[in-house]
Amino acid sequence: MTTTVPLEWVLVLAAALFCAGVYGVLSRRNGIAALMGIELMLNAVNINLVAFWRYLEPEAATGQAFALFVYAVAVAEAAVGLALIIAIWRTRDTVVLEDLDLLKG
Amino acid sequence: MTIEQGLFIAFGAITLGAALLVVTRRNVFHAALFLILSCFGVAGLYVLLEAPFLAAVQLFIYVGGISTLIIFSITLTRDGVNSNIAGRNRQWWAAALVAVALFGALGGVLGWMVLNHDWGAAPGPVPEHSTAILGTTLMNPEGLALPFVVASVLLLVALIGAVTIARER
Amino acid sequence: MLIPILNLAWLIPLFPFLASVAILLFTYRNRKWSHRLAIGGISISFVLSQAVFWAAVLHPVGGGEQAFESTLIHWLSTGTERFTLGVYIDPATAVMLFMVPLVCLMIFIYSVGYMNLGTPEVDPRYSRLFAYLSLLATGMLGSVVFNNLLTFFIFWEIMDTCAYLLIGFWYERKSAYQAGLKTFLVTRVGDMFFLLGLVLLYSEVGSLAYRDIFNPEALEHMAHTPFLGTQWSMATVIALLLFGGTVAKSAQFPLHVWLPDTAEGPSPALALIHAATMVSAGVFLIIRTFPIFAAVESGVQMTVVAAIGAFTAIFSSIIAIAQNDIKRVLAFSTISQLGYMVAALGIGAYVAGAFHLITHAFFKALLFLGSGSVIHGMEHGRRELRIANCESQTHVGTHSPCSPLEEFNPNDMLNMGGLAKRMPRTFWTFLTGGLALSGFPLVTAGFWSKDQIMAQAYERSPVVFWVLAAAAGLTAFYTMRQVCMTFFGQPRTQVAEHAPESVPSMTVPLIILAIFTVGLGWAGIPTHFPVIGGIIPNWFHHFIGQTIETTIETGHATEAAHGFVWEPPALWVIFALGGLALGWLVYGWKPMRAGETDRVEAAMRKVWLGWLYACLRDCFYFDEIYQATFVRGSILLADLFYAFDHGAVDGLVNLIGRFARASAFLDLHVVDGAVNGVGVVVRAGGRDIRRLQTGRIQNYLLWVSVAMLALVLAFLIILFLQEYLYQISLAVLALVVTLLVISVLRSRKFS
Repeated sequence: MTTTVPLEWVLVLAAALFCAGVYGVLSRRNGIAALMGIELMLNAVNINLVAFWRYLEPEAATGQAFALFVYAVAVAEAAVGLALIIAIWRTRDTVVLEDLDLLKG
Repeated sequence: MTIEQGLFIAFGAITLGAALLVVTRRNVFHAALFLILSCFGVAGLYVLLEAPFLAAVQLFIYVGGISTLIIFSITLTRDGVNSNIAGRNRQWWAAALVAVALFGALGGVLGWMVLNHDWGAAPGPVPEHSTAILGTTLMNPEGLALPFVVASVLLLVALIGAVTIARER
Repeated sequence: MLIPILNLAWLIPLFPFLASVAILLFTYRNRKWSHRLAIGGISISFVLSQAVFWAAVLHPVGGGEQAFESTLIHWLSTGTERFTLGVYIDPATAVMLFMVPLVCLMIFIYSVGYMNLGTPEVDPRYSRLFAYLSLLATGMLGSVVFNNLLTFFIFWEIMDTCAYLLIGFWYERKSAYQAGLKTFLVTRVGDMFFLLGLVLLYSEVGSLAYRDIFNPEALEHMAHTPFLGTQWSMATVIALLLFGGTVAKSAQFPLHVWLPDTAEGPSPALALIHAATMVSAGVFLIIRTFPIFAAVESGVQMTVVAAIGAFTAIFSSIIAIAQNDIKRVLAFSTISQLGYMVAALGIGAYVAGAFHLITHAFFKALLFLGSGSVIHGMEHGRRELRIANCESQTHVGTHSPCSPLEEFNPNDMLNMGGLAKRMPRTFWTFLTGGLALSGFPLVTAGFWSKDQIMAQAYERSPVVFWVLAAAAGLTAFYTMRQVCMTFFGQPRTQVAEHAPESVPSMTVPLIILAIFTVGLGWAGIPTHFPVIGGIIPNWFHHFIGQTIETTIETGHATEAAHGFVWEPPALWVIFALGGLALGWLVYGWKPMRAGETDRVEAAMRKVWLGWLYACLRDCFYFDEIYQATFVRGSILLADLFYAFDHGAVDGLVNLIGRFARASAFLDLHVVDGAVNGVGVVVRAGGRDIRRLQTGRIQNYLLWVSVAMLALVLAFLIILFLQEYLYQISLAVLALVVTLLVISVLRSRKFS
């Protein structure tokens, strides 16, 4: 694949995915939807990592290992984040992020 | 157009299209489903990039784990019809601007960097046992054993934390 | 052996001064101690002066180089110069020291009685009189004893001040304090001239010590240096300026106007002022600085001095005829006699002038004290009458009998008469003094001294001689008039009937002074006088003549070396005796009766010269002339300066004040405005920046991403647009400022 698909295509795709994720995080009312945006961003990062692994240093395992660690972090973050959403739901009866303004000053 | 290019474009379109739908669908459940679709697309991309193990991990974790978790949360936080709605908030236009600007910056920077960089010789082929190499590297104390262990600690902490936070009072 | 005594001469002015200070500070309330201190002080001075005098006679001291000068002390340093102070005793000083403390002592003793010690009418300011008298004595003695013109001037000024204080002694009377002020101001005019003369002298010679001034080389230098390019020499100008001081101090024309008004003061003070101290100081100045006057031969200064002296002599004699106040007559006679002395000095009769000064001191003091005694008696009589009338008030419907006597003037001779029987001691001593004043031949000191003047005048300046002779005649006339009106005939008022003789404290000094009046003249009998001359050598001439024989080479002051010339004495004695006789005829043959107007006045009115009489009585209206010109002019000038000061100077000061206020305004609004402005901007800016804190996580995330994009932008700019970095930074800064301004304006909308 490396001979036909240039690296920059993959990177641009990852960038677009990342920006979509940014849009999701910043503009969705529902907290869970915002978390989904974060997942998208993490996916984009992973694509980036793997692309660079494949196009630059395929013999080493570092690229893939890095991607694995990103998966670990993503999982941890998703678990804790959703737990938070549920806890918020229990106490405030809402998951709309705009309503959570206790720190307003 | 070679096959790889076509496949790449197809998987890319699936991934990106699903992602855009994830961030724009009002029904949050639909968004979650589209997230699953996007993850499938990403897995396909991995296969194209000759990282089959990662593709499998992607499917296991994202589709089987995280997305399921998300759907659980959606159902747990339902209150009538309202909480299923995930519309735009008040700053959506600023967010759109930022996303576009970011894409411009990233694309521009990345493109400029990549185009001007001399990457050297063309990359060689992926070795036969890349997965095995990955495994041994992860377990190798002079390799990546430490980050591996730390990652496991992280997962433990996250587990405990999530349980603690989401516990019934 | 005699030198130490002469050295101690500086103590002579010290004791009266100490007495004066002690009286003012310590014994003010205690009358007895006050007069004891004063008399004690002057007595010590008297003893010391006598000692110094006899030491000077026996030493003997001479003039110029042979004068005794004590060791010098430095008392005033002015940069490069140092003024030295020392005692200077020459014959002129010695005879002054003989006369001044003696006369002062007599006057002090007299004052005890005059101020009514021991009676209920004792003057409430008894002590003060003695303090002032002592101070006046200090002034005179100080000016006589020391060796330079600067201290002379200082003590001269002390005398001026004391004169002011003494003449205005009873300052509740407006006329009294005005008279004091007038004295001080007029003598001030003279002092101005004196000071100018001193300054000129100092600039020429470089010192004011007698030793340096009367140095023959210095005198030569002054005589031949022209004054600012005119034809007059420095010596002439200096002499004239110094004479200006004398004109005021010794009441010569035209600065004589203060002396008649001195009648407002107490008689002892008048005696001191007119006889022994103040006016004598004026003449003494000329005596002392005579070498300067004589330095230029036949200079204009001598002529001026002689002319003014002679004119004054006759001018005031004429006025004296028309005076009715007993003290004013004596005042004018003082002016006249001073004119004699000044004229004598003006024609170069140094010894004669000095002699007349000494003898005049005695008989003038005698006359003033005698007139004081008369007034004292009159006042006593008035008091008795008032008490009697008040006690015996039995009539109904009369105005209170106590009051009419308030307007009664005890000084007025028209109210006197017949006092010879009632006050014999006063009468005989007064008569002695009067005869001396008139120059009664042979037995009065006044005769001898006047005769010397006349002899010199006859020889040198006939004009002066005839003027002085005429004045002698007038002097005799008004003196006789005074004696007759006061003492002869019947008392013209009830008050005069009740006037008693004065207490011994007053009459004893009179007697002592009378003795001197008679006898002192015999110390100066000219050697060539027929019969008597030669029996007693002309001691005075020998002694005083030494003063200037040794200071001036030219024999200005030598007595007539040739034999006795009989014309001068004969001529002027005829005038004098004629005046006495005329006075007797007009006033004494048939003494005046009560209610009668003055006979001369009546006579003049008959021949339509009544206006002339009024003129004489008002001293030719000199006071009025001076008032209209100088006084008004000074006040006008003062007003002018006040207007300038008020308008220009104050205006300038106020302007600066306004400027200060403008500056304050600036500080308040601009400086404080800037400081406050910072606060305003911070608050407004903060208000807007605070709106970032929404508490919503998505907002925060948005700002984070915006910031990150900004960083990326900056990175790109630095990478690609480096040359425009400066302008871009300015643009960013302008943007920030604009945002702050907008915040401030928006906050204004809400506030």
